[in-house]
Amino acid sequence: MNIPVVLAILVVFAFLAFRKANLFILALAWWIGAFVFFRFGFTAPIPASVISIYMGIVSLATLAFVSSSEQRREEVSRPLLRLMTEKRFAPLLAATIIAIPALAAANVYVQMNVPIEPPFFPRTIHPASPPEITVHEKKISIDLGDNPFRELEKSNPQEFRQHVENGRRVYYQNCVFCHGDNLAGNGMFVHGLDPIPTNFADGDTIANLRETFLFWRASKGGPGLPEEGGPWNSAMPAWEKILKEDEIWDAVLFLYEFTGERPRAREEHAQ
Amino acid sequence: MNGVRSKQLLFVLGPLTGLVMFGAVIIVATFLTNREYREPDRAPIAIVDPTPRASGLADEAAAADAAAKAKPYVEAEYRRFPVVGSRVAIWAVAQLHLLFAAFVLAVPIFALIIEVIGYKTGDKRYDRLAHEFSKLLSVSFSLTATFGAFLTFMLIALYPKFTNYLMSVFSPTFLPYVLLFFAEAFFLYTYYYGWGKFHPLVHIALGAGLNLVGTGIMLIANSWLTFMMSPRGISDSGALISLEDAINNYTWMPINVHRIIANVAFGGSVAAAYAAFKFLAADTDEERAHYDWMGYIGNFVAIISFLPLPFAGYWLAKEIYAYSQTLGLTMMGGAFSWLFIIQAVLIGNLFLGANYYLWLGMGRVEGAQPFQRFVKYLLVAIVLCFMIWATPRSIIATVSEIRAMGGSTHPILGFFGVMSAKNTAVNILILTTFMSFLLYRRTGRTATVSWAKTGQAVQLLIFGAAAVFVIFLGVYGYFVEASVRIGLSVPQVSSVLFAMVSISVIDIFLFRRPKLTGEVRWGRIPAISQYVLIFIAVTFTWLMGLMGYVRSGLRQHWHVYGVIRDTSPDAFTPTLGFATQVVSVTVLLFFVLIGFVFWLASLHDRPDFEAGTKAS
Repeated sequence: MNIPVVLAILVVFAFLAFRKANLFILALAWWIGAFVFFRFGFTAPIPASVISIYMGIVSLATLAFVSSSEQRREEVSRPLLRLMTEKRFAPLLAATIIAIPALAAANVYVQMNVPIEPPFFPRTIHPASPPEITVHEKKISIDLGDNPFRELEKSNPQEFRQHVENGRRVYYQNCVFCHGDNLAGNGMFVHGLDPIPTNFADGDTIANLRETFLFWRASKGGPGLPEEGGPWNSAMPAWEKILKEDEIWDAVLFLYEFTGERPRAREEHAQ
Repeated sequence: MNGVRSKQLLFVLGPLTGLVMFGAVIIVATFLTNREYREPDRAPIAIVDPTPRASGLADEAAAADAAAKAKPYVEAEYRRFPVVGSRVAIWAVAQLHLLFAAFVLAVPIFALIIEVIGYKTGDKRYDRLAHEFSKLLSVSFSLTATFGAFLTFMLIALYPKFTNYLMSVFSPTFLPYVLLFFAEAFFLYTYYYGWGKFHPLVHIALGAGLNLVGTGIMLIANSWLTFMMSPRGISDSGALISLEDAINNYTWMPINVHRIIANVAFGGSVAAAYAAFKFLAADTDEERAHYDWMGYIGNFVAIISFLPLPFAGYWLAKEIYAYSQTLGLTMMGGAFSWLFIIQAVLIGNLFLGANYYLWLGMGRVEGAQPFQRFVKYLLVAIVLCFMIWATPRSIIATVSEIRAMGGSTHPILGFFGVMSAKNTAVNILILTTFMSFLLYRRTGRTATVSWAKTGQAVQLLIFGAAAVFVIFLGVYGYFVEASVRIGLSVPQVSSVLFAMVSISVIDIFLFRRPKLTGEVRWGRIPAISQYVLIFIAVTFTWLMGLMGYVRSGLRQHWHVYGVIRDTSPDAFTPTLGFATQVVSVTVLLFFVLIGFVFWLASLHDRPDFEAGTKAS
């Protein structure tokens, strides 16, 4: 949070409450305050697309509130009527008439005056996996399969640890350069890549996926991504050409062990 | 004597003259024939050797004849619909059929409920209201059947191979379907035309029969379309092994439940839009009062049915994941995930619209002013939940915005993009809407029972406890694995349902013999409220079209997922913009047609035409 901005907004609202401002002024203040909060109130800025959604909601809610009762409708329309009908407000009315298109023009200027950037390709977070893949001439079901070493976690913890350790070795010999020391998608090559490598440590991404999905992504890499949602431009190699099947499964185990996440379980059909 | 000779001469000369004339004809004909053009004498080889062109034409005709005779029968895989293509054509027709079918199934459900309320309470207003709702049925039923036939012919004509396969699997269900359809026609027309003609219980039984048969039809049709999505009961090559499994596939029951609830919500909203249309066109205060009340009831039915809908949706999504991880990921994380942001925006607007209508409705009641002060708190809760629900998981951002955020996920908003946050938001939205309804219900009444204060405190406690519990589970969901997190939605839903039921029960006893502090002045509501009802109906319809596209489009390049591949030129996923345009046009067509239904229903109330007078 950008504390000074948040405090400034609070001070303005406290002042308006103290002055018992008219509903019209308050509604205007809410709208502007919300925009300032979303635009400048966060240290990591919110993208414009999300601000548009939020401001759409705020606009609708503000309109709903000011028109939700006869008293409020009357209260909010009174200053507008006075502005438009009383002679002493004529200069203010003229200024308002000029300000509205001027603000629209200023908005267009701000929207257009942006630095030149590479074209933007909206991508889906999780590409859809095929139901089945073939790795080293072995068919592996992505929909119905499981990590063959996962069951060792309970049946033979010692052997399970060996697989995790092997996965650690595989990761730090092959994956670390892009996905980083701490698995946060910030390896030394990251600045040359777009899209950036997946962050395994964000507490969410791999927790929503099954191990077979990760196996598919690792074994088939960028070339194995589906046509839907492309172009992908992923630099991820197809690791099946370098690693053995067991090594990929071990690396998947390591990802979950290191991050403390649990893989998504297979959903069961409700009978 | 001379006379006799003359007769003998004539007897001889007659045939002679005839012979001469015959000879003359022969001579003249021979002369003319001899002067006719004749081919010059040629060597025999020139006669059998025609010109190259004539030979070519003859060969071509012979070849065409032979080819026509030898043409084998080949079953067409696809046929092309002109201009818009087969997919858009079948999409629009199927959607229109579904919208009318949903309306025809929904109206009898709540018409029957209202009729039963009228019968139990003895209040004739409810009976009249139920009858008025059912006026919309008969034309809608005809349009549903027409679009159903249209859809069937389109399937046979445009997708013959795929249709043939579906028939091979589901042919045993066709006869029951047709028989149920006949039964539905019987019940529907008897229910409508028999209004007031039978004993009320007989009429209610007819209504129950209509609902039962209508639901049966829907269940059968649902088995066909859910099989396309999650086929079951077939061999690897697609041959039928078990019809029971094919019907009871993974998504059949969730779709059944989801559709029954959604149909009632949709039907209620369209009926409320009809009332709004009549309210706006009303000439007298009596008419306005009646249609205001009708709109209120229709909207009440719509919103009450709408509240459990998200949970039915979660169940459906869970079964989709259970059937295929690929389908689940395509839906929630892949190509279709952005449609859920559009869905969230629409549903958020529905909640906002529903609450707004209730707040406007407080203006009908004298002495509702004290309740208006709660509106801002309810609005803040709605706005926060709406924002959380509409926050995308995969944010559209420029490269510089992504760099400024430190990755493709925002460090704070990222928490709002996942299921824990969404589930919590929708549950709180439901609780808030329920609270708005409760406040509306209290306008103009004061509880007089001795335990009124305690009762209200308990209600508040239950409400607060449910809200805290829902938020706690939402936060807890961030710290557990996905399968546990999904399971948390059950106690969240249960606590909300428990709160709504228990608070309602307390409320009924609390306001048993209330002190009336203000009269409900039906019809005294601003016109904007009626546009809100129309907005809610349009949004519901649009939402149905959009989510129907998601469900059907998930199969991507499969007619029957994993069994019958779509090899037509339309086997690609259209852009979101194109899909929303098709949905919009279909919704527009539906409202044009339903406007026609409204107009036909309004003819019923018009005076008969008499020559020399103008019908009003």
